[in-house]
Amino acid sequence: MDDTDGLLARTTERLLAEQVDDAAMRAAASGLWLEQAWSAAAELGLPLAMVEGEQGFGVALSDGFALIRLLGSRAIPLPLAETMIANLLLARAGLPVAEGVVALIPAAAGVRLDRQGEGWRARGVADRIAWGRNAAALVVEGDGRIALLTSGFEVSAAGTNLAQMPRDQLTIDGAAQVASWPGLTLLEAGALVRAVAAAGAMETLVQLCTTHVVERTQFGRALSGFQVVQHALARLASEAAAAAAAADLAVDAFVASAADAGLAIAAARSRVGEAVGVATGIAHQLHGAMGFTEEHRLHWFTTALWSWRDEFGSAGWWTRHLGAAMLARPKAAYWPTVTAV
Amino acid sequence: MANGHGGLMAMYDKLHFPSPPANDAAEALRTQVRDFLAVTISGRTPLQRAESWNGFDRDFSRALGARGWLGMTWPRRYGGHERSTHERYVVVEETLAAGAPVSAHWIADRQSGPTLLKFGTEAQREAILPRIARGDCVFCIGMSEPDAGSDLAAVRTRAEPVDGGWRVTGTKLWTTNAHEADYMILFCRTSGSAADRHKGTSQLLVDMKATEGMTVRPILDLAGQHHFNEVHFEAAFIPSAALIGVEGEGWSQVMSELAFERSGPERFLSSMQLLLELVGALQGSDSELAQAAIGRLTAHLLALRRLSRGVATMLAAGQDASTQAAIVKDLGASFEQELPEIARSLVDAEPDRRSTQDLLAVLGYTLMSAPSFSLRGGTREILRGIIARGLGLR
Repeated sequence: MDDTDGLLARTTERLLAEQVDDAAMRAAASGLWLEQAWSAAAELGLPLAMVEGEQGFGVALSDGFALIRLLGSRAIPLPLAETMIANLLLARAGLPVAEGVVALIPAAAGVRLDRQGEGWRARGVADRIAWGRNAAALVVEGDGRIALLTSGFEVSAAGTNLAQMPRDQLTIDGAAQVASWPGLTLLEAGALVRAVAAAGAMETLVQLCTTHVVERTQFGRALSGFQVVQHALARLASEAAAAAAAADLAVDAFVASAADAGLAIAAARSRVGEAVGVATGIAHQLHGAMGFTEEHRLHWFTTALWSWRDEFGSAGWWTRHLGAAMLARPKAAYWPTVTAV
Repeated sequence: MANGHGGLMAMYDKLHFPSPPANDAAEALRTQVRDFLAVTISGRTPLQRAESWNGFDRDFSRALGARGWLGMTWPRRYGGHERSTHERYVVVEETLAAGAPVSAHWIADRQSGPTLLKFGTEAQREAILPRIARGDCVFCIGMSEPDAGSDLAAVRTRAEPVDGGWRVTGTKLWTTNAHEADYMILFCRTSGSAADRHKGTSQLLVDMKATEGMTVRPILDLAGQHHFNEVHFEAAFIPSAALIGVEGEGWSQVMSELAFERSGPERFLSSMQLLLELVGALQGSDSELAQAAIGRLTAHLLALRRLSRGVATMLAAGQDASTQAAIVKDLGASFEQELPEIARSLVDAEPDRRSTQDLLAVLGYTLMSAPSFSLRGGTREILRGIIARGLGLR
């Protein structure tokens, strides 16, 4: 299904506006699970939106990532993006899609997949898993395989990221359905989701700042009338544009199953990570002290960005990863690689 | 992902550039251009390649023209080849990335030709465009003046109407290639006074080889190189047939011309040779500093290329991309100015344009060029003002 008329996007936006208002954002930050909002999103079909065939809704992948960007632009405190991508990968691996919240566990978490009789068992401890406490299922990667668990895991330590979104330690020891997995790693898939969401949140920073400097008056005129403010906002906007472009590049590579999709994702995470530092700094400077309060909405976006840029691999790690890959190729291959990504 | 789906695009603002379309014809062309360059400029040293769009070689421009790679998007009846914007983009970025000497056709192909095509008379188009497409016609830009730099509307050069044409008096400055050029597109005042700002300005096509009362004086840059000039007009006669477009509409024509000037890949590829030399020097390095630096630069380059291709996509669709072009140019200049600083931090040797080590020579050259990156074609301050206006702040 092509969302060419934007119907799904508009419906999702309306749903999010109704279900995740400012009160809900504050409730989520205090540790509450937004059950009503999750149920409404599930009823709309978002968790299965990107799954092709009879199991899902088969929304074009590019439209699916546009939804993830939309979720990011509102810093929605629900594991919708993770669940959308997890179900897509499950379906691609030929495994059944999952009911409810699905958590992604990349190979780097060190969870082992071992044969047990006719089947498989997953064992290990995975740290900082998004909404681990709410997960009904896990997608675990290891040794070139991907596994689905629907039981046999529990929260052994609760935690959050800087935006108060749950990041829990899970202790895993359960039977798993396993398939071989030649595709992008879960780390890459998760990293891509964060890059796209961050691009959306940075667009919101531009909107918040633009509104603020036009409305706020000091020294008898709007802040937007000061050239130094105009130039700061121009720089923020340019960083947001660069982040969006880098994320789009990675999405296109993912959608096309390009050979260099991993490089495109690494580049996106590196560029987005750098943009986050500049953009959040400018956004807070422009908002002054009022933007530094819990009451103001700005921190929902800046705190999420400060966490997202280093989840599923830190920006620094992705940057070195990209650099090492480029330096492993001959000098003559540098430019051809740039044009091929 | 943005542009293919109109409903979503409507929610996004101008910071989300459109996706460049997949274009097989352009990618096939890329291979041909690479093969051509591998032979044609094989003798150029890294330092010569680093001159990038300052490298002047009429023979190279004619060779490019003979392949049909100049005036690519123009109508055939003017010597063009009616190919797509994306195919032209491929030729431009490949020649720049390879460090080909493009200066003899650069300005004409990028902006003077398109300006004539859009605003010129039929006679001007028929006479000039085929020559540009052959790589046989060098243009210079007559915009800046001693007292009109970023503030272009302050131009003082004046064309007084006389029998059969104009008498032009005034001085143009920073005119790249005026000493080589066959033509200049002169931006000047044809009526009113400087207080009228945008009103009363026009563009005239000046024959640089046959205009009496015009003198060209070289201005050396800080590296001692002669690229730009001062061009003085002392009651120089310009025939009335030289008027481009409409008398008094010069300002809007110039703004249209600047959109061509600000959007291209030259805004982040002019220091490409330094990046390539650096990659060569650090090849296979297991230094985390080196990996972090090359990773970061590559991520910037990929994002800039994506943005720039987004602008090309907008221009191909006839959309106004002035804000987006300013973003690309501002980010591109910052990237290129950081590049020599980063290279310095990774190479423990002094930059020297005369060094026998290519990296040090290219580093010396690029360091001495870098200040111009955020000056030429619109200063950083002007660009950020344009971006702020695009956001509705001005």
